[in-house]
Amino acid sequence: MQTTVEKNQTANRPVREEYIAPNVNIFETQEGYVLEAEMPGVTKEGLEITLEGTEITITGRRHPETAVGETLFRERNTADYRRVFELDPAIDTTKVSAKIEQGVLTVTLPKSERVKPRKIKVD
Amino acid sequence: MNLIPWQRAGLTAWSGLEGLSSLRSEIDRLFEAPLGELARSSHFLSGSAPALDVSEDKDNFVVKVELPGMKKEDINVSLHDGSLSISGERKSEKKWEDAQVYRAERFLGRFQRTVALPAAVAADKIKGQYKDGILTVTLPKAEEAKPKQIDVQVN
Repeated sequence: MQTTVEKNQTANRPVREEYIAPNVNIFETQEGYVLEAEMPGVTKEGLEITLEGTEITITGRRHPETAVGETLFRERNTADYRRVFELDPAIDTTKVSAKIEQGVLTVTLPKSERVKPRKIKVD
Repeated sequence: MNLIPWQRAGLTAWSGLEGLSSLRSEIDRLFEAPLGELARSSHFLSGSAPALDVSEDKDNFVVKVELPGMKKEDINVSLHDGSLSISGERKSEKKWEDAQVYRAERFLGRFQRTVALPAAVAADKIKGQYKDGILTVTLPKAEEAKPKQIDVQVN
């Protein structure tokens, strides 16, 4: 009986599983990779970035907007954003950094020192 | 009296179904080649036309447009003949010129959206705010467009 009650509680919890994949740009330089993801309506507080093995997951939850009166026309999607990327093993996952500005998330993924191209001095 | 309307000979050349079918194949060809290519690219419907919401309350119309990663000065908002236009341009960034590009899904270039407003607005009181990649334009309704309550004395 106890189990049943617990199950019902879980079922009542609001779970949002619908996400939209944000549009991204990915660049590679000698220093590393840069990922830019468009997430309009997301602030720093709504961001969640997780690194697991060689996968990075970016999740952006929209800042709740106060509804104004009556909607006349709607095109914007209200779902949250999520997308998963496979990482190049050359990335130093301890040095990943991220920022969000005007709805664009920028994740900087530096390559580890040992794989960066460098010049060898000849004595 | 002759009631059959007179027609100039050149205009009566009705090619019948033959002409229709060649028109159809022309349309098919149009959709196969250039439009098919356009429709496959993700920017065909979404990119150059940013998503937009319009809502209304007693005093205002509110228009919200998703414009992630813009500079304020690259967004233009204007009102003309009761239509609100939002346009701008996202420029490519110089710093990625030499970089290897793996994905380029973000829209680059010019965009424009125009909304015909359902009622008159006070043009001098329109306000715009750009925050978290969303442009919000608040357009106060003109006095004559606001709903009025008139108390009628009934004797």
